[in-house]
Amino acid sequence: MDISLQQVGYSYAKGTPFEKRALFEVNASIESGSYTAVIGHTGSGKSTLLLHLNGLLKPTEGVVRIGNVSITADTKAKELKEIRRNVGIVFQFPEHQLFEETVEKDIMFGPMNFGVPAEEARQRAHELIKLLGLPEDVAQKSPFDLSGGQMRRVAIAGVLAFKPSILILDEPTAGLDPRGRKEIMELFNKLHKEEGLTTILVTHSMEDAAMYADQVLVMHEGRSVIVGTPEEVFADAERLKSFRLGLPRSVAFQRDFEKLIGRPLGRLALTEGQLASSIAAALKEEGER
Amino acid sequence: MLEKMIFGRYVPGNSFVHRLDPRSKLLFIFLFIIAVFLANNTMTYGLLLAFTLLVIFISRIRLYFLFNGLKPILFLIVFTLLMHFLFTKEGAVLLDLKIFKIYEEGVRQGIFISIRFLVLVLMTTVLTLTTSPISITDGMETLLNPLKRVKLPVHELALMMSIALRFIPTLMDETDKILKAQLARGSDLTSGTIKERIRAVVPLLVPLFVSAFKRAEDLAIAMEVRGYRGGEGRTRYRQLNWQGRDTLVIIIFIVLVAALFWLRGGS
Repeated sequence: MDISLQQVGYSYAKGTPFEKRALFEVNASIESGSYTAVIGHTGSGKSTLLLHLNGLLKPTEGVVRIGNVSITADTKAKELKEIRRNVGIVFQFPEHQLFEETVEKDIMFGPMNFGVPAEEARQRAHELIKLLGLPEDVAQKSPFDLSGGQMRRVAIAGVLAFKPSILILDEPTAGLDPRGRKEIMELFNKLHKEEGLTTILVTHSMEDAAMYADQVLVMHEGRSVIVGTPEEVFADAERLKSFRLGLPRSVAFQRDFEKLIGRPLGRLALTEGQLASSIAAALKEEGER
Repeated sequence: MLEKMIFGRYVPGNSFVHRLDPRSKLLFIFLFIIAVFLANNTMTYGLLLAFTLLVIFISRIRLYFLFNGLKPILFLIVFTLLMHFLFTKEGAVLLDLKIFKIYEEGVRQGIFISIRFLVLVLMTTVLTLTTSPISITDGMETLLNPLKRVKLPVHELALMMSIALRFIPTLMDETDKILKAQLARGSDLTSGTIKERIRAVVPLLVPLFVSAFKRAEDLAIAMEVRGYRGGEGRTRYRQLNWQGRDTLVIIIFIVLVAALFWLRGGS
């Protein structure tokens, strides 16, 4: 399902002394099956933006289109549930949403709400427990007895369980150890490719944005300021700096290296692997000369 | 989603009401709540309502904002009003609608009780809107200080209250977040039978309790780490300062009560 945002604006607590404008004229289009990273410093409107993508917030101005459905300020609550079936959100610290007596029941909560029969929901829960690398016997345990990392995985399973075609991830790895972080990001990437999901990742990690995304959306003070491929976005360090953002480590290293050898290395190294190979190529050239 | 709730919220400002000492405000509100029950006729209820509106005007809180925030409570007021219309059967019949009759006394009682309720809610809301929670508890603590002699743990009570007040917005934010997460998983609070709706609250309450307990534990540890050992010998950063305007408030209250007694119908 394609997503498009046209002139989307949003104010919190409209009409009270607490009114606060969070989004201004945001424009973006996200193609079906693409992987989009949304980056921006704290308070740039990333989280507010993603709440619009499944109707948890309705824009106070402009239109959000998801597939064939348009959401405007006047859209009725009933139509929104239909959208939510297709859009899964993994919130920051999703383990805070766990509530059931057993892990299995908690994972089944989403699909049952959307009308999946209990037996099928149970089966999906068991598949997901396996897919997320949780031990088999976890199904009948209370989610509150698990470790933090395991709780996170159960919560993620709870979202994947209703098979959304659009998956929105709001810093899904915040607070995890480096290994867990890598595993979970790889898992999302695998699902993105295998299931043909449309993935939207809100992140503070430039490395994740560079490594996985095919489109990067930069938010700054409630506006969408840059939309482009990671190569385009990360090529302009000065501009990113003006939005209080940095470069992915590999690109930063590449820039330093280029300064030392006094010539460009060719294409932008978005991952460490690419960086290694362009350095190797440069060394080889050097040797041949 | 809960951003419209203004109950127990503080809006900073610089009006006469904002600048009052919390002790005079608390004392005033406490006595006012009792004084409201002195009213028993049109004049006295009218006086109370007019006085409340005047206070709101002086505090520079926008009326629209106040009423918008109190909508859920207004519903309750309308409900009491209707109950009185329907069930009080005294005085002359005002309206005969075949199925039921509306009596004069019912309308009178209904309107009076609604005004009483409205005035109480508005005044206490003005208090919380114009006084920061910290000042309220500071004021409480000093006002209750004499009760220490009878072994009332005043400091602990004040601390409990300030912690509770401090965490209202936090819990609201948390509820909002959890609500969004469950809505995204297809939970539905706005449709279905009453039983289904009540069941739909469970996924909200359980995570909220879990996090509240966790938070309480963290807070207790953080306080102990910083050497908190109760109120004994504890000095204050914010000093309360009773001024001329605070005495004025008390005088206004005495005048109000005198007026109420004077205008009050015979028992």
